[in-house]
Amino acid sequence: MPTISVGRDRLFAALGRTYTQEEFEDLCFSFGIELDDVTTEKAIVRKERHLEAEEDADEDEEVIYKIEVPANRYDLLCLEGLAQALRVFCECQQIPTYKLADVSKDAMLKMHVKPETSQIRPYIVCAVLRGITFDKARYNSFIDLQDKLHQNICRRRTLVAIGTHDLDTLKGPFTYEALPPSSVNFTPLKQERSFRADELMEFYKSDLKLKKFLHIIEDSPVFPVIYDRNRTVLSLPPIINGAHSAITLETKNVFIECTATDLTKAKIVLNTMVTTFSEYCANKFVIEPVEVVYPDGKSHIYPDLSIYNMEVSLPYVNGLIGVSLEAEEVTKLLNRMQLHAKQSTSDNKQAKFVVSVPPTRSDILHPCDVMEDVAIAYGFNAIKDKAIVDNKGSKRLAASLKLLPLNELSDLIRKEVAMVGFTEVLTFILCSKKENFAMLNRKDDTSKAVIIGNPRSSDFEVYTPYPCSLTAVRTSLMPGILKTVAHNKDHPKPIKIFEVGDISVLDDNNDVGAKNLRQLAALYCGANAGFEVVHGLVDRVMEKNGVPFVSSGDKSGYYIERSDEPEFLAGRQARIIYKGKHIGTFGIVHPEVLNNFDIPDPCSFVELNIESLL
Amino acid sequence: MPTNNFVESSFWNFDALFQPQQHPARDSHDTFFLDAPSTTKRLPEDYVERVKQIHETGGYESRGYVYDWKREEANKNLLRTHTTAVSSRMLYQLAQKPFAPKKYFSIDRVFRNEAVDRTHLAEFHQIEGLVCDRGLTLCDLIGVLHDFFSHLGMTKLKFKPAYNPYTEPSMEIFSYHEGFKKWVEVGNSGMFRPEMLRPMGLPEDVQVIAWGLSLERPTMILYGIDNIRDLFGPKVDLGLIKKNSICRLGIN
Repeated sequence: MPTISVGRDRLFAALGRTYTQEEFEDLCFSFGIELDDVTTEKAIVRKERHLEAEEDADEDEEVIYKIEVPANRYDLLCLEGLAQALRVFCECQQIPTYKLADVSKDAMLKMHVKPETSQIRPYIVCAVLRGITFDKARYNSFIDLQDKLHQNICRRRTLVAIGTHDLDTLKGPFTYEALPPSSVNFTPLKQERSFRADELMEFYKSDLKLKKFLHIIEDSPVFPVIYDRNRTVLSLPPIINGAHSAITLETKNVFIECTATDLTKAKIVLNTMVTTFSEYCANKFVIEPVEVVYPDGKSHIYPDLSIYNMEVSLPYVNGLIGVSLEAEEVTKLLNRMQLHAKQSTSDNKQAKFVVSVPPTRSDILHPCDVMEDVAIAYGFNAIKDKAIVDNKGSKRLAASLKLLPLNELSDLIRKEVAMVGFTEVLTFILCSKKENFAMLNRKDDTSKAVIIGNPRSSDFEVYTPYPCSLTAVRTSLMPGILKTVAHNKDHPKPIKIFEVGDISVLDDNNDVGAKNLRQLAALYCGANAGFEVVHGLVDRVMEKNGVPFVSSGDKSGYYIERSDEPEFLAGRQARIIYKGKHIGTFGIVHPEVLNNFDIPDPCSFVELNIESLL
Repeated sequence: MPTNNFVESSFWNFDALFQPQQHPARDSHDTFFLDAPSTTKRLPEDYVERVKQIHETGGYESRGYVYDWKREEANKNLLRTHTTAVSSRMLYQLAQKPFAPKKYFSIDRVFRNEAVDRTHLAEFHQIEGLVCDRGLTLCDLIGVLHDFFSHLGMTKLKFKPAYNPYTEPSMEIFSYHEGFKKWVEVGNSGMFRPEMLRPMGLPEDVQVIAWGLSLERPTMILYGIDNIRDLFGPKVDLGLIKKNSICRLGIN
């Protein structure tokens, strides 16, 4: 969930009143956001620079609110958007209407797209914010919003990249081109000299912030680049802007360009930028359009601020929420959520609305989104009180429990094993290939195991005696059981533990290519290995499942026969054959295996498949 | 629900749930993708086509996400990130027959490739409940949640609007903890989106209310355990398991 940092006092000023922390938390709660953390600018800087508490940071004690917003609400990713949404929610402001400036197509700034761009980054959308006034806080907010959008919907600039420029330093028409790196030359932001684009890529390899974006274009024979009519480079998307058109606090006219591989997201990003900051323009909420002309002659005017009109019926809204609201009330509630609703039929009970979804609400996809906004404005907890009064819960929940046969059997077996004195444990499913094979003296037979492609290290605490990374799904319960014993070395002996759980193996017959197997594993650890105890457990489990002990070769029950598995001591292990199938093995754990897991005392172990007993 | 399958395809885990392909949760830093088996072998083709359509161009009154949906993404295998993947399979199966209301539940393990710390591991348990019937409402969901949580000893609840790609409305559930003297998040819930239910073939008047919570968090709160490794995994103290008293929740 994205989090934004806003100055508390600046936010309250924008909201038109102050709140106690509790009051503000309540407001957030009913709106659907969360006040995650309260800190100060000083504390943030201290943390970033790893300063000690006594040392002085330059920033002041401005209180910062860290607010978590829903992942699909790009309009809430900055103070301006958030404050506006809350003002409308609290009925302190009307829903703004965003307009395109009245500029004729001839007078409009143009962005000409060259065909080579389709090889690397095909789309571009643009807009102008005219007569804007920045101060330090607004400017920082403007930069922060770009960062947040880059991190979220832009997927770290791979899908969309934003470039903002001081329009008065440039001259249109603009061109969006894709050229060989060696033919692009400009002075990038924060640098004093000019670089060739290929040089620049090398240079940024050591730049902590920018190096992670290089991969997006570095292998391409052509790099995207935007020029103005004087061949001044505006930007090298998605890497860096040119220094020439850098925005300052004095900038009055801003040119915004978003290059992209996903046009839908580019439009959402551009709309988010212009709708939130157009409140600082001389003509509030008016945005100047730009014409983007493609090589085939087709052109589009951006930003696309068109309203999406959605038909939503009142019975639908009432029916899904479970209330009976009148049309007028629903209209008022929707207005608080920045949605204009106009009744389109006069019949009150069968009322239909046309809901005008503004360009800031790209999260509204279906009438159910409108219905949720009605419920939020009405108050989930107001609905709660009604729900309790109606007491429908018991009626709906009344049901008889129906367990799956495998789960029911597993639970019964667990009880039986516990009743003969074994303590149940619950271990991890993810392990390292080493634990699953080498440490058990087994060959690394990864042809059967589920292997993870993007592993991570297993623990933030160093796990002695060996660190490991999670690279596989267990093919046996043994490593987990042995690790448990290792961690409980000082526990009074004998240690008798068991686990019933799933392992995973590859299986071409399953639609995903793997399946789970339900296993029972148990271990005895003491002054002696307790082989007879573990053998006794096998007999007990079979007895409790009504399986007779039969002679070798007989398929009507179970018998045991000599086995030669490397994890057990030779000559002190046996295979369990049930109805002709090998369903498990038990024996004295091999001293080498005990050593690998750092277990000082002798152990016996059994593992068998429960599904076979179904 | 039969949850005995840790390996899942991105299709059932994400796409069928109307979670778009460029959603952050599908990133390799949140999800465990697999080298073996790397891709799923079979998917119901006509249903896949309907899911592709709803993502790309919308339908059933939705405007959709409008992006290029890729089959290769959906084919990628992973370790399931939620048991809701199984719920989507069950609802799809239910939709292939003449409709009859059903309730489902599951309690099983899920996997997240996120940073581990005192209260987070790479694997944990999810409890999930679903009710599928005609004419279910948000009120019904709230009523069910009150009933469910009262059995866990939580009677003071409040609900916060939230966001899940597959539910609308979505609610986070908070319960008042008398000991801490504050509200604590105890679960997540919602009504499945039509973009998820209609392509499956469920009738228009059928709704699904669902809720989920983790097993570890409420247990740690109940027993006052602050490190998850003291509760679950090989580092648990056997003495603690032996000494712990029987759970009397619900015995009253």
